[in-house]
Amino acid sequence: MMRLKNYLCLPVGLLAALFAGACGSVDIDDEDLDEVDGTDAPAVVTRVDPATAATVNGKVYFEGDLPRARRLAMDAEPACAGLHTKPVYSEVVVPNDNNTLRHVFVYVKEGLEGMMFETPTEPAILDQKGCIYLPHMLGVQINQPVRILNSDPTTHNVHPTPRNNREWNESMAPNVPPKMKQFPREEVMIPVKCNVHPWMKSYIGVLPHPFFSVTGADGSFEITGLPPGEYTIGIWHEFLKEGVTTQKVTVAASESKSVDFTLKQAS
Amino acid sequence: MSDSAHPAVHPAPTTFIRKWVFSTDHKIIGIQYYFLALIAVFTGLALSVLMRLRLAWPAESWPWLEKIFPVGFEGGVMSPEFYLAMLTMHGTIMVFFVLTTAPQGGFGNYFLPIQIGAHDMAFPVLNMLSFWVTFLSMGVMFAAFFVAGGAPISGWTAYAPLSALGEVAGPGLGSGQDLWIISIALFCVASLLGALNFITTVLNMRTKGMSLMKMPLTVWTWFTTAILALLSFPVLLAAGILLLLDRLGGTSFFIPAGLVVSDTVIENSGGSPILWQHLFWFFGHPEVYIAILPGMGVASQLLSTFARKPIFGYHAMVVAIFAIGMLGFFVWGHHMFVSGLSPFSALVFSILTLAIGVPSAIKTFNWLGTLWGGKIRFTTAMLFAIGFVSLFVSGGITGLFLGQTSVDVQLHDTYFPVAHFHMIMGVAAIFGIFGATYYWFPKMFGRMLHEGLGKLHFWLTFIGVNAIFIPMHLMGIMGQLRRYAESTEFKFMEPLQPYQEFVTIAAFVTAAAQLLFLVNFVWGMFKGRKATENPWEATTLEWITASPPPHDNFGGRELVVNHGAYEYGVPGAPRDYVMQTDPPLESSK
Amino acid sequence: MALALAILIWAIVLASVALFTGEFGWFPPQISEHGEAMDAQFNLTLIVVAIGFILAQVALGYYVWRYRDRSGARAVYTHGNAKVEVATVLITAVTFVTLAIIGQRVWIGLHLEDMPEDAVQVEVTAQQFAWNFRYPGPDGKFGKTATRLINDQLNPVGVDSRDPASSDDVVTLNRMAVPVNRDIRLTLRSKDVTHSFFVPALRFKQDTTPGLAVPGHFKALKTGEYEIACAELCGLQHYKMKGFLMVMSDQEFEAWLKERAEF
Repeated sequence: MMRLKNYLCLPVGLLAALFAGACGSVDIDDEDLDEVDGTDAPAVVTRVDPATAATVNGKVYFEGDLPRARRLAMDAEPACAGLHTKPVYSEVVVPNDNNTLRHVFVYVKEGLEGMMFETPTEPAILDQKGCIYLPHMLGVQINQPVRILNSDPTTHNVHPTPRNNREWNESMAPNVPPKMKQFPREEVMIPVKCNVHPWMKSYIGVLPHPFFSVTGADGSFEITGLPPGEYTIGIWHEFLKEGVTTQKVTVAASESKSVDFTLKQAS
Repeated sequence: MSDSAHPAVHPAPTTFIRKWVFSTDHKIIGIQYYFLALIAVFTGLALSVLMRLRLAWPAESWPWLEKIFPVGFEGGVMSPEFYLAMLTMHGTIMVFFVLTTAPQGGFGNYFLPIQIGAHDMAFPVLNMLSFWVTFLSMGVMFAAFFVAGGAPISGWTAYAPLSALGEVAGPGLGSGQDLWIISIALFCVASLLGALNFITTVLNMRTKGMSLMKMPLTVWTWFTTAILALLSFPVLLAAGILLLLDRLGGTSFFIPAGLVVSDTVIENSGGSPILWQHLFWFFGHPEVYIAILPGMGVASQLLSTFARKPIFGYHAMVVAIFAIGMLGFFVWGHHMFVSGLSPFSALVFSILTLAIGVPSAIKTFNWLGTLWGGKIRFTTAMLFAIGFVSLFVSGGITGLFLGQTSVDVQLHDTYFPVAHFHMIMGVAAIFGIFGATYYWFPKMFGRMLHEGLGKLHFWLTFIGVNAIFIPMHLMGIMGQLRRYAESTEFKFMEPLQPYQEFVTIAAFVTAAAQLLFLVNFVWGMFKGRKATENPWEATTLEWITASPPPHDNFGGRELVVNHGAYEYGVPGAPRDYVMQTDPPLESSK
Repeated sequence: MALALAILIWAIVLASVALFTGEFGWFPPQISEHGEAMDAQFNLTLIVVAIGFILAQVALGYYVWRYRDRSGARAVYTHGNAKVEVATVLITAVTFVTLAIIGQRVWIGLHLEDMPEDAVQVEVTAQQFAWNFRYPGPDGKFGKTATRLINDQLNPVGVDSRDPASSDDVVTLNRMAVPVNRDIRLTLRSKDVTHSFFVPALRFKQDTTPGLAVPGHFKALKTGEYEIACAELCGLQHYKMKGFLMVMSDQEFEAWLKERAEF
């Protein structure tokens, strides 16, 4: 269906006859946005009283063997190798010293139905630095601006391969202005890849609410500002798919609850 | 065919729409095709100018271009995907909507019936349909610029699986590629209709006395080209439909099992990318001759007319035209020497390819023979015909390198073949079109083009194209790869940057010179000196009728052809030329 | 007009000849066993082409000038000469076909001759826009691969660790080391679209066609680092798809493999 809609541009193209303007060249499809707005979302923005807001935090542990950490072959491109003095290791499975995992996306999966949250105007930032995406994993709200930077002296291409949003793939030379992008539909997660440096990968989680977190160097996460209620917390890891990946939690006003998760390698 | 000359084909139209828009008159349709090609050629030229800009100065910022192309010139620097979109559309527009359309659809439509003494094409309505389907096809192609992701980046050859996988393989490979395929499919249908019409017209509609061997060589080339189109376009049509099915219908004709594109596992299995290459080049190689054969016919016609001599070796020329056309169907594999094709078949394709050099050499030899002992009149049309011969030699002879398996390995996909095919099917064919324009414009529009402006156009263009494409061969030898948005990434290409800049400057001058042609054309249509019936003192049938010819071409006259097409300098004749319809000479009885 | 055109055509001939003397750039220096024969075939063809090109263009320029319209008699009235036509056919046919046949020797050597048993094996897997190289390790056997195992950071070609032959496989990115003066046997594959493995210094080019495992072989005769380029349009960053061929001594090669195995 999305495809067919693009053909609506056809008569415009025929009329315009030369190629200056562009129907499809804008990054966000207005029609797609309408469609999203057209769902049964309430028109009123939910405000959470900071005095009663609850918190969910915890850690993500791993058990069993993990794949060996691999060195990234930065010398595949001299421009990248020159940006690092130490070896750089793969970001796929990054265990911490306390048996916890880095780069796990934690989010409220269920329990917020019927609520609508304000879209931040502050852009989320995805940088390409040292031929690595910073951050490796990023959460944004629907239609929140994402500012994409290239801090490297080499050309990258930025290529998200979503299932639910529109796919695009654009080169990004050094010293060009940042790209401003948005994702109009919920999706956990959108892989983002640079094809010139195939190890470069990032994941973007797009949610209709601001309740998400990514585990850091101690494997912990924290979701704050939740309205009191019953929620399903989900986690997502790019490689480890088995183990405890969702948990139910009920938080009262101003309560802080802790839930832990455990992941292992598929047998 | 004695009585075929007179079915009153159709009455002259009375309304504007039937006369100028949905016309069934082959002359109007020819002009329509010509104008379509004119729009296409200037679009294609503009795209090549943009491409040359990036190749010469890849890192340069052009902020004013960002205003025109906000996507593609972010920060004023042309993105590589924009470059590739320009490249794809340049190639496609030039090959299909210029080189296939102008010589055959344009001049062929206009002059083939007149040159054989017919009142119209065999199927006038079909002829109208061919044009409008071509028009629709071009509209769909241009629309690809405007859809999400822009025009496709897979090149005019649209190699699968790059062209089959959709947007995951790159920008422009979504809707843009769909439109590209639909446009090409429509074009195939239009060309097929046109080809049927041309063949039938030549075989059935010749006037009394117009035996096959009295036909002008232009008619022979249009006829052969139509046969090539009839046999090759259906293959491309089939390939296009299969590709579209792979993209939209979930089939796997060209997509093999086990592909992982940008970390996305592709579920298709069982297809063959090589199959696309076979189908594409089975069309693609004859297509080269579809583009260049009419140019050969025009060159022959012009050289004979303006050297005031019969064409040298008419029969050999006819045989050579046919030999080139037919051999063209057996050499497509030379585009695939390094594709993973069986190395044994490469041996055969190589020898057959070099065999095409033989009829090509015959043609060159006969053109020189035609000039030999002549009385050359240097009209603009003649200059372009001589330029055609020179370019045909320069561009054709390098095929001897590329046709050889072992030499091709190094040169394949470098600028060497780019220079080779631009020289021959690009500019040599365009010189044919220019020659034809300067020659037939008086007949088509009833007015003369400005000769002085035309000659200036010739000199600048002839010097320009040589300055662009001869160094490009050397760039290929040095290793410059084609379809590279820039050559700064590789050390072995570093010495090439000055050449890139030189070629770009030469291209800009040459492109600017084409504005002279445009000015001349527009001026000529409205202000040119009135043309007489036969301003060039030529022999073929279009020159016995008014300029422009009446609706039924000959004003109700029944023609009887008594002479060959190129009777110039005939001893004992009253003038230095004998027109095809002149009464038989006393001496020849 | 006639003289100007003749001079222009001759000037184009002169400029072309000068351009192709090698003074203004030529092939990159070649380092492979078969490269010399390939270059020789190019040079032979260049001579044939130069003769044809110069003859035709010089004659064209001369005729244009010599047979310009001067007042007086009509042009020579002739419809051609069958003998000359036949002679042209024979001369060109023999020349061209001989050239094609001579050229096949190099091709046959490149594609149709058996490789010695002890050839060093390398599997090339192209992808948008990088080159993966796999060495079979000491066992001389490549392990099995599976599409679903592919992960560009952990396992770029999807080597199946359950296959014992895979444990010593070494996979590298964009850097291909080979020992000098040894036969190298390549297996060329692609993960996604058609690419073309081109090493200008080796005089070697072969498309990596998805779905096929195309064999190839070469022998490098000179140590050093050379560039690998993609020669077949493969997407937006085609022009950046670059690898390095590192030709080194046997000892260096073994040491390099060992180091890369640790990655």
